[in-house]
Amino acid sequence: MANTHKVSFKLNGKAVDVAVEPRELLIHTLREKLAHTGPHIGCETSHCGACTVDVDGMSVKACTVLTVQCDGSEMLTVEGLEQGGVLHALQQAFHEEHGLQCGYCTPGMLTRAYRLLKENPNPSEQEIRYGISGNLCRCTGYQNIVKAVQSAARKLAAAPAAA
Amino acid sequence: MGDQSELQQREDKLQGMGTSLLRKEDAKFIRGQGSYIDDIKLPGMLFGAIVRSPYAHARIKKIDKTKALACPGVVAVLTADDLKPVNLHWMPTVGADVQAVLADKKVHFQLQEVAMVLATDRYAAYDGVALVEVDYEELPAIVDPKQSMAKDAPIIREDIADKKEVGHGPRTHPNHIFTWEAGDKAAADAAFANAAVTVRQEILNPRVHPCPLETCGCVASFNKATGYLTLHVTTQIPHLLRTVLAMLSGVAESKIRVIGGDIGGGFGNKVPVYPGYVVATVASIVTGLPIKWIESRIDNISTTGFARDYHGVGELAADKDGRIKGLRFTALADHGAFNSHVSASKLPAGLFSICTGSYAIPNAYCRVDAVYTNKAPGGVAYRCSLRVTEAVYLIERMIDVLAQKLGLDKAEIRRRNFVKAEQFPYTTSLGWTLDSGAYHPALDKVLKAVDYDGLRKEQAAKRADPKSGTLMGIGLATFTEIVGAGPTKVCDILGIGLFDSCEIRVHPTGGVIARLGTMSQGQGHATTYAQIIATELGLPASDIVVEEGDTDKSPYGAGTWGSRSTPVSGAATAQAARKIKDKAKKIAAHLLEVAEGDLEWEIDRFKVKGNPSQAKTMKEICMVSHTGNLPAGMEQGLNAVSYYDPPNLTFPFGAYLCVVDIDKYTGETKVRRFYALDDCGTRINPMIIEGQIHGGLTEAFAVAFGQQIPFDENGNHLGNSLMDYFLPTALETPHWETDHTVTPCPHHPLGAKGVAESPHVGGIPCFSNAVIDAFAHLGVTHMEMPHSAYRVWQQCNALGINKR
Repeated sequence: MANTHKVSFKLNGKAVDVAVEPRELLIHTLREKLAHTGPHIGCETSHCGACTVDVDGMSVKACTVLTVQCDGSEMLTVEGLEQGGVLHALQQAFHEEHGLQCGYCTPGMLTRAYRLLKENPNPSEQEIRYGISGNLCRCTGYQNIVKAVQSAARKLAAAPAAA
Repeated sequence: MGDQSELQQREDKLQGMGTSLLRKEDAKFIRGQGSYIDDIKLPGMLFGAIVRSPYAHARIKKIDKTKALACPGVVAVLTADDLKPVNLHWMPTVGADVQAVLADKKVHFQLQEVAMVLATDRYAAYDGVALVEVDYEELPAIVDPKQSMAKDAPIIREDIADKKEVGHGPRTHPNHIFTWEAGDKAAADAAFANAAVTVRQEILNPRVHPCPLETCGCVASFNKATGYLTLHVTTQIPHLLRTVLAMLSGVAESKIRVIGGDIGGGFGNKVPVYPGYVVATVASIVTGLPIKWIESRIDNISTTGFARDYHGVGELAADKDGRIKGLRFTALADHGAFNSHVSASKLPAGLFSICTGSYAIPNAYCRVDAVYTNKAPGGVAYRCSLRVTEAVYLIERMIDVLAQKLGLDKAEIRRRNFVKAEQFPYTTSLGWTLDSGAYHPALDKVLKAVDYDGLRKEQAAKRADPKSGTLMGIGLATFTEIVGAGPTKVCDILGIGLFDSCEIRVHPTGGVIARLGTMSQGQGHATTYAQIIATELGLPASDIVVEEGDTDKSPYGAGTWGSRSTPVSGAATAQAARKIKDKAKKIAAHLLEVAEGDLEWEIDRFKVKGNPSQAKTMKEICMVSHTGNLPAGMEQGLNAVSYYDPPNLTFPFGAYLCVVDIDKYTGETKVRRFYALDDCGTRINPMIIEGQIHGGLTEAFAVAFGQQIPFDENGNHLGNSLMDYFLPTALETPHWETDHTVTPCPHHPLGAKGVAESPHVGGIPCFSNAVIDAFAHLGVTHMEMPHSAYRVWQQCNALGINKR
């Protein structure tokens, strides 16, 4: 590769360095160079949210962000939600409320919901629906995803340390 | 008798049929550890990207690869001429046609596959695509199927212009594919001639796309040393795909391994065999390197697996009380440029003849004329069985049209025409034998739950109020589906009957592995099948592992589509388990030194009748079956395989009701309420069933309110990315209320029917009926889908009701 740049960022708490072409999209770097295949590619136009990751405290569609833009950032992907062998409340709730079927949207949906609950720990149903409207799901009809986010919010409120 | 609470505890431990066992498959997905096609990375793998036609109809004058081959990272560029030596530039279709793998001298639809660039990574591959120079000579395109058979219509398929037949019966025009009929036309015509009232309505099921969140793709890997071909692929039909690959490639079927892996949704899109799979396979055979091909979203919506495009005409004849005496349904089917419609060999129009619905209609006739156009091929069944949405949409719309003509209530006209409970099994005038049903109670339960009379009163008050800014509509759908293809005497693909399979192996300590010919794409098979085995064998579902999708591991089956997994493989699972249980019983009798007839089954054990302390648990028998302490002549092991050829399809049904409020001034429709009652017979996992219904209703909502693949008159796509193609977000999606009745299927070992497609099939007409009902008092009998705000506003505008 003729024209590569070294990019450094923190990925799920670990420092990583990677060499990329300026045109390389974050989703490809994560999936193909850094072996983080949790975030998926669904549309390449930032509509479906399957590629959602958390960059510097914001939900970001990794299919429309250049990796070079992420130099120096702190990044969280679905792989970073489980801490010390304990599932995040959202992961547990998606399982308990049947908030997933094929699982393809799930990593992006979880990562988005994680940020949503950071911004609004006690969202109404309408706020959840609005908050995840950048993440498409073709399987569940969202009803159980909404229930899962509500359930996780309740659990996190009861045990704030787990957030 | 054991203590009741002790029995209950044993039962609970199994987590068998009827319990909402949380899904086994979730653990990997919630951690981002699914293994989808694009996650697969093999050493030395090349990436293939496809050069596609900008024109819908054109001759290819020249393809120049020079610049592309000079591009860094590009390894090769394949065109039809490169596939010719191995005779794979065309491939046979399931519709008895051929389809170009890479365009051979001519392109027939926009974005058709013209060449594949192989490169070291996806960026280089797309660089190469941009540098392949193709000279085209544009030809006039046919976009409207109604123009296909015009006298002076350009011939789309010059390669088969002289062919007398494609799939079914004689062709009458070079752009004609087939005409298929069912029923007694003379009897239907007579019913119409003698009827007190008749209605006729043109009804379109527009061209749509299933659009699973994961697009299609594959990684083909041919080992030149061993001659083994491995294809990782997004497929709903791994075994049939392997057979097709063997037929196409000449590689022995025993040396081909197809692996489905995790599938990011299918909904029909992942049934066909696509050119991308074939080119990647050929490229791997030629280079000896693994080749990955992954569709972009635009490729997906534009070229693989469209659905519908059925231009229907519905006619009903009835007496003055609304009792239907005759039905005539016809459809002009736009199959695109190649007849690769997914269908069974003997059923070119699929199961369209289920179009008599839930009603006792004595005389019926239906016909489908299929034609070529310059659009993508590959018509799939989008979350339905073959052409069932099209059929059910027609009957459920037409019965409303008839009700409006007679001034009858839309629930009452359904009641008057339902097949009655005592009439089952009921053979329709188009030849299907509906196995079971209880339509009246289902509808009554829904009407009561929503206070139907109260809703109609509210609607009447709104209609009488000149100041009301909204129109209220109440939609009903009381559908009958036909799923679980199917009996091999009726259903085959490429000559292979649509049976399915299950192999169960029980290990010494009671762990079980089951392997099936189906292929989950999110339906929760690993959980549902485990629950069937848990109940049948009395071993806990937690210790039962289910595997599908790897043709080296699982027995042959026709895969997962048309809601066939539970009806066919679910039955195979029960039968395989029962074979094991029969053997276990013999072992138990041997151990307890009694006759088999002296034993009875209780949850997880065989016990001696009248002497309950004498018992052998299934776990004990599992161990013994691997010892020498067996009845004389019995072999070790506790394994079985079952291939199930269903005696009939299954006929799940439902009663749905939708209430909408339409803003007269903007045309926006708000779904106030949607109540879905489904009857899928025996319910194995209620949680999973409910999840399937939520999802199917949401896909129905998408179709009814927004999905359509639009074209201009030259065959150019006018919306083929998610910027244009409607996938509902959480914000638009209504809240779903679900309910059920249970009418077991009499011919299924568990009494189960399919379920996941019912909400899509029944949901679409229910939404349309609600929207149109909102305008019924203004004389409107039909509005075409999708009911976008603009289109509904146009209706308001035409009626002059959008002025304040």
